[in-house]
Formats: sequence, C-alpha cells, structure tokens
Amino acid sequence: MAKPDTAPRSTAPRPKMKNLRKQPGFDTMAWACLVFLYAPIIVLIIFSFNDNRSVVLWTEFSFRWYTAAFENEGIRKATMVSLKVAGVATVFATIFATMAALATTRNPPFKGQALVYAIINQPLMVPEIVTAVATLAFFSIIKQLTGINGIGYLMLAHTVFCVPFAYMPIRARLEDMNLTLEQAAADLYATPVQVFRKVTLPLMAPGIVAGAMLAFVVSLDDVIITLLVGGPGETTLPIYILGQIRRGITPEINAVSTLLLVLSVVLVSLFFFLGNRKK
Amino acid sequence: MAQNGVSQGADTHKNMILAEGVVKTFGQGEHMVTALDNVSVTIRQNEFFTLLGPSGCGKTTLLRLIAGFDLPDRGNILLDGQEIGHLPPYKRPVNTVFQNYALFPHMSVARNIGFGLEMQGRPAKEISEATDRMLALVQMEHLADRQTDQLSGGQQQRVALARALAPHPKVLLLDEPLSALDLKLRKEMQIELKRLQHETGITFVFVTHDQEEALTMSDRIAVMSAGDILQVGPPKEIYNNPARRFVADFIGDINILEADLTSGDTQATLPGGARINAILPNSWAPTGRVNVAIRPEDMALTQPGADNAALHGTVQNIVYFGSGHNVHVALDSGLDIIVRCAGTSHEVGALVGITLPDAVQVLVD
Repeated sequence: MAKPDTAPRSTAPRPKMKNLRKQPGFDTMAWACLVFLYAPIIVLIIFSFNDNRSVVLWTEFSFRWYTAAFENEGIRKATMVSLKVAGVATVFATIFATMAALATTRNPPFKGQALVYAIINQPLMVPEIVTAVATLAFFSIIKQLTGINGIGYLMLAHTVFCVPFAYMPIRARLEDMNLTLEQAAADLYATPVQVFRKVTLPLMAPGIVAGAMLAFVVSLDDVIITLLVGGPGETTLPIYILGQIRRGITPEINAVSTLLLVLSVVLVSLFFFLGNRKK
Repeated sequence: MAQNGVSQGADTHKNMILAEGVVKTFGQGEHMVTALDNVSVTIRQNEFFTLLGPSGCGKTTLLRLIAGFDLPDRGNILLDGQEIGHLPPYKRPVNTVFQNYALFPHMSVARNIGFGLEMQGRPAKEISEATDRMLALVQMEHLADRQTDQLSGGQQQRVALARALAPHPKVLLLDEPLSALDLKLRKEMQIELKRLQHETGITFVFVTHDQEEALTMSDRIAVMSAGDILQVGPPKEIYNNPARRFVADFIGDINILEADLTSGDTQATLPGGARINAILPNSWAPTGRVNVAIRPEDMALTQPGADNAALHGTVQNIVYFGSGHNVHVALDSGLDIIVRCAGTSHEVGALVGITLPDAVQVLVD
C-alpha cells in the first residue's frame, strides 16, 4: 500500500542540506533513486498508449487500450466497487477523524492523551497483514452470529484504516489555528454552535478536505485488507488488476493503472496545495 | 452614540463593574498558581480604567474573568449590578480587543465588524448601518471589503476596535492591544483610544505593563502585583503618592530613602539629620525606620553647604536623555540617588548639595 507522506513540512535545516549536497556521489545517488522510482511508471504510461499487444515492443500510438478498458465489464464493475467503498469509507472516516481532532485539540490536555493518539494512529503502526487477518477472523465471527453478509464489512474495514490518514491533516490544521479566534467569536455573542459553524468549521475546512482526499486515495489503492476481507463480487480495482496480472501484463492493465495514477496524483497534489495554503 | 456622549458625566460615579473577593488559581497540588488572591475592585461607568502590572501579576486573568473566558474559583463579579461571574462569554454585554487582534481571517473587514451584531440576530439593515458607522469612527471606510490579512498592524488594530465596539457593549476590555505596534503608532493609538472612549461613552478596561501608557490614557489606574491590587487611583495620585514600595518602584524613576519617624510626628528624619514633612498612606501610622519616596524631578542640585541643601553627596555620573539630565549622586550616607535637572553646571566628582520637596511619601513595604 503506497502511503503518501502526510507531513508536508520543510523542517530540514537549510545549511545542513547544502553540506550534504556537496558530498561526492550525492547527485548520482539522487538521480539513481529518481530513475528507479519513476522510470517504471513512465514506461507503464508509455506502453498504455501502445497499439501493440506487447508491453515491450513499441509500434504505434493509440487509445485502443483505454477504449478496451472502458468496455471491459470486469474493470467497470471493479471501478464501481472501488468508488463505492472509497466513497463511504472517506465520508465516515473523515467524520470520525474530525471529531477526534476536535476532541484532542480543543480540550485542555488530559491524562492518557498520548495513549489516545496511539490508539487513533494504530492502523499506521500495526502491520497491515496483521490487521487484515484479525479483521477477517473477527468479521467471520460476526457473520456467523448475525447471519448478515454484504459489502458493508469491507466499507467498515476501509473506514477504520482511513481514520488516521484523515485525522493527521485535520489535527495539524486545528493545531495551527489560534484558539483566540474562537474566544473572540464567543466574546461577540456567538453561542458554541455558532462558534463552530461560523469560525471553527470554515477555518478547518481545508484540513478536512485534505484529510478526506488522503483517505480516499488510501482506500482506493488498498490491497491486503481488501483481499482478505472482501467477499465474492466485492472485487475492487487493485484486486482486479492483481487477478489479471497473474495471466500476464496486458496494455489494458497499463491503461487502468495510468488512470488510477492520474487520479491519485491529482488528489495528492490538491492535498498538498490545500495543506500549504495556511493563514 | 451621540445620546451617550450627552449623558456623559451625569453618571460618572455609578459603578459599572464590581469585583468582590475574587480568587482564581490554575493547576493542581504543588503546581497550583494563585493568579488572583482575593481581589476586590470597583470600576465606574464611563471611565478609562487601567490594570497595570508586570507580567504574571494577574491583570490579564482579571480581564479574562470579566470577559468570561475563565471562571472565578471564588468571589463575585457584578456588571451594572448584575452577577455575571458564571455566565459564558456570549451572554455578557462585554467585548474584548485581543492582544493579537484575533480577526477572523476568512471574513472581510466589514463582516468582521458586523459579526457581533450578526450573532445577536440584528436585522441586516441595522448591521450594515452600524458597520458603516464603526468604519467611519476608526477611519477605515476605504478598506471595508479587504481581507484582514492584507492590513497593516495598525489597521488590524482599528478593525479589532471597531469590531468590539460595534455591538455597543457596556464594557470594552483591551488586553495589551498596543504592544505589537511600533512606538510612533503606539503614541497615535493612545490618543485615538482616549478619543474613542470619550466619543462612545463606553467603560474601557485596559490591561498593560507599560506604566507610561497607563499614565497617559487612564482616568484611574489599579497597580497589580502577585495576584493582588496594591493601589487604585488617578494617574497623578499613583505617580505622586505611591502608597506601596512596589508601586513607587514600578512607576517611573524614583529614589527610595530610609528615614526615621517618631510616633505622632508629622516629620521624618532623613539620614544626615534633615527633617521633612511626611505624607502617610491612608489609615497607617508607622513609627521607627520607614522608606520614603522622592521623584528625581522633585529634587534639585545646589551648592554644597547652601541653606536649602538637605542632603550632600558626590556626582557619580551624568546621563543625558534629550529633554534633560539624570545626575547620579552618591550620598554621604552611602546611598545612590538620581536627581533630574534641565541643565547642569556640575561635573563628575563634584561635591553637591541637594534640595528636597516640601513633603515626601512614606511607603508601605
């Protein structure tokens, strides 16, 4: 699971960076890292426009595989499942994260606050495969006891691991906000509900949007938990791609991957943009 | 507002805020800090009242208790005869100008100013009229549609003032609002604040650690230290007749000398034998060794041995400060004092005589 760096902070001291740059071999290593990181992605994008079925031989530019991908029933269904799960998970995770962020930043420090942070951020620290196995076992028990099945379990699992991703930017935003703004509003006759609606919420909105987008992206490309928890007919796009790849890489998969990439890049860029627009 | 201007003076001595036995502590157990220790104070209607003291003296805490951001542990706070000590901030007809202004960054200047009235649910027409009036009052009409982050410090200050005044509160609280401004702007705003207080007829409670600012603007000053109010009075009284040693030390330059006072005597004996009339603090009759305070400008240098020279010493240093000189003199009794004079013909090392004022203030420690 690609976990984007959620702390867009340039806290690295400048002079130290300069010294590091002067070290012999720095440029070479930097370039090597960039090439190994992005070259495969660039190759994937290029070959998604290849007219040929081969993923190693270039023949001609074409949108053929994009058309094929759009016409593929399996891909369309998987996309719909992905969007549904990510959408529901994003909404609920963002609501929970917002409430958690308000509770941890707008109250006086309390005993066990560190523990609360740890619990909220737990999905970031526990190996995902452990969470996946545990969730699978837990859901099996519930299913057996209640007899209820359906995609709700997958949505619930996604909601849970999306919470910390949504929580971090919202909390960062709230911690940046001056408490006296809310006091000033209360001083000017705003009731607690009005303070929240007129001041707190509009000011924390960029954080909420950033958190929601991050949660959406994280849910969209999750594999491990989805693979274990998702039942039949609950195939998300990454799981579908994984299944197809077992039968060899096709340019069609390249096309779908490229589209996923574009969506992620757009959302993450927006996230950085909103995160940096502070005042 | 005009009506209020007219009624000014009529009720000058009516009490607006009455704090009685207010106690406020922060923290628990060993970390407990007493911010206000049984404080009582009366603030009159339509006065410019200043809480003056060093940081940590409790002046901001008292202001926050009046605003409602904190609640007192004990004691009552009455506003216009009504107990408000336990009401939330939005139920108190009191507005605050914050030290960092706390303007809403997502609203225009005009919406910031109209916010209080909007929250009170006033009609849109009334809000826009009041906003226009406030913009005019602080001379910001041309910037009504600006975002607040495009304003200079002085402009933000004016918007913060207009926003707090717009709902026409009974009391305006100002928490060191001038401390972020540069000296020239600060002087301008001091006069501006005084004008606004006069024009609106609203009671101002101003918090500052700057004694000069307090003396310039206030009708009355309360000097605070360590959670206690030491003295309340008009600026001249605070300056000329400090009752407590802390007040004397905190406000302006002052010389504190030891003197002897015998029971029933109206004169104190200074070291060297000079006798001088003593002003005693209210209802306090000390005897024996006391401290007396003399302002540097109330003394003058004269020839050694002159008839009017009550003290003698040697000039240690002469410091020029623009409008005069501070002459540091080491008294024969060993104490260093400062004498302020416009010009001086004396030189460092010279023997001088020092004349004293008619009377000196005796201080309570």
